[in-house]
Amino acid sequence: MHMADALLSPAVAGTMYLGSAAAAGYSIRKLRSEKEEQKIPVMGVMGAFVFAAQMINFSIPGTGSSGHMCGSMMLAAVLGPEAGFLTMISVLLVQCLLFADGGLLALGANIWNMAFYGCFVGGMVIWKRMTRNGMTRRTIAAASVLGCVLTLQLGAFSVVLETLASGITELPFGVFLAAMQPIHLAIGVVEGLITSAVLLFLYGTRPELLWNGTETGEGKSRLSRRGTLAVLAGMAVAIGGLLSLFASADPDGLEWSVERTAGMAEIQPEGGVYALADRIRAAASLLPDYTWKGGKAAGGTSVSGIVGGIAVACVCMAVCFLLRRFRRKPGDQKNNEET
Amino acid sequence: MKKPDRALRDIHTADDAGGNGIHPLACLLVTILYILAVMSFQKYNMAGLAGMALYILILCIWYDISILDMLRHIWPAFLLTAMIGIANPIFDSTVSAGTLSMATLIVKGCLCAAAAYILIAQTGIRPLCSALRTLHFPKELIVVLLLMYRYLTALVREVKQMLTAYRLRTPGTKGLPFRTWGSFVGLLLLRSIDRAEEVYESMQLRGFQGDFLLSPGSYSPVWSAVYTVLWGIAIFALRFFPVFQMAEVLLWRILK
Repeated sequence: MHMADALLSPAVAGTMYLGSAAAAGYSIRKLRSEKEEQKIPVMGVMGAFVFAAQMINFSIPGTGSSGHMCGSMMLAAVLGPEAGFLTMISVLLVQCLLFADGGLLALGANIWNMAFYGCFVGGMVIWKRMTRNGMTRRTIAAASVLGCVLTLQLGAFSVVLETLASGITELPFGVFLAAMQPIHLAIGVVEGLITSAVLLFLYGTRPELLWNGTETGEGKSRLSRRGTLAVLAGMAVAIGGLLSLFASADPDGLEWSVERTAGMAEIQPEGGVYALADRIRAAASLLPDYTWKGGKAAGGTSVSGIVGGIAVACVCMAVCFLLRRFRRKPGDQKNNEET
Repeated sequence: MKKPDRALRDIHTADDAGGNGIHPLACLLVTILYILAVMSFQKYNMAGLAGMALYILILCIWYDISILDMLRHIWPAFLLTAMIGIANPIFDSTVSAGTLSMATLIVKGCLCAAAAYILIAQTGIRPLCSALRTLHFPKELIVVLLLMYRYLTALVREVKQMLTAYRLRTPGTKGLPFRTWGSFVGLLLLRSIDRAEEVYESMQLRGFQGDFLLSPGSYSPVWSAVYTVLWGIAIFALRFFPVFQMAEVLLWRILK
């Protein structure tokens, strides 16, 4: 579910950064108020654990395929939602910087889609609510599966909204949604089973390691439940307002997507498979005498710069190679001193 | 086995990075500016987007970055953007327009991922964290990030060993079967938590006060400023002016 930079417009990426930054700010404030410094090394090692555990492929019974865990729900169940959220941010940052899983500017969206839902909805709402009357094997398994399924569904839904609001894909909203949600339902069930298996093992061996949703003496939140809900509602309104502001200013925004989805005469999603097949045939028959969208200008622009582009690239490469010859390498000075 | 090996290779790439004489904050700002410029291109503007590849090309040559390694690294971004864009030829107004928008999307994805790869190859994790601290990134996040990075190699190696041991005991099995999910990952989790407690105790004994001392490394302020300004101008020019067409006109005039 890691989104690449190319799947988001700068406005949507910025808005998602704002939302994620607000959640991160709240988490850091909570962590500082709890004064649990010993949690920080545990968070670091747990982040590395989640990353390492993602290397393991789990064979899914009866399908012949395999899946891997995401980890935000597990982090929330062990560290608590706030510490889990901050750990997931680090995991996503390392994945983005070192492994090209997700983009640098799409990080805000990825944090929201994977860490926020997993830790706050999965941990703070589902896990805390289901285990508040005491943990049993049944509640742990149910909370894990329900949490993973629900948070992955929310994450997938957000991916659809963010991509469409950025005007990246031509897929109509309904088709995109129908493609994303069922896949993530299956992934959510598998991840939920993996998470529940691990948490049940932990419950059987070291139950004190599981977060039971209670606050420590010093760590009582400064915000009441009503206050938290008010902050979350305010954030939702602010983010929604910002998103719609950008979308209305930019033709690649949400308004554009909705208008495009509903207004295109050629696309008839109501017609189902027949309309789709008809459209593919119509498009394919246009192939011999096609024109670039936007008339000849776009195609012309694409072609006319090729010679200039090659020339500029050759000059830049030549200058680079020349300059590199004169550049002092780190080992050169040492070698000169030795000789 | 491929996943742990790939992860270890990428971690070592970041370990070997740094020492380029440019302040990591300058590298970070230029990378963000570049990604913003790439993201802002319209979906049919392939000509303009192709020009942005110059940044990647020049930095790869300058820093001796293997283009093959980089392509291998950005493969996931290519796959993801291709998966999202594959529907464009069907749902866009014409197949050609859809193909063009799909190609633009893929190129955008690859360029952005390559820029992030080059950033890490230029700076390394610790100098980059120092740049993030300069931008008032919370210290808790930086500490978690650095600790995580420090133990990544150890835990990935541990997973690799566990998987090898499991495969040797159960030859011919693909993936972990359902009955071993809990105990396999659970044991790794318990070992990780125990390790974290030992780490915390040893850090406390060495005077850990909740923060790491970070240095941006040795750098030249003048070169850093020149680097930022020059790349800023170049990215602005590539984004807003038809540089290639202008170069082509100039070339023909010179040849005539």
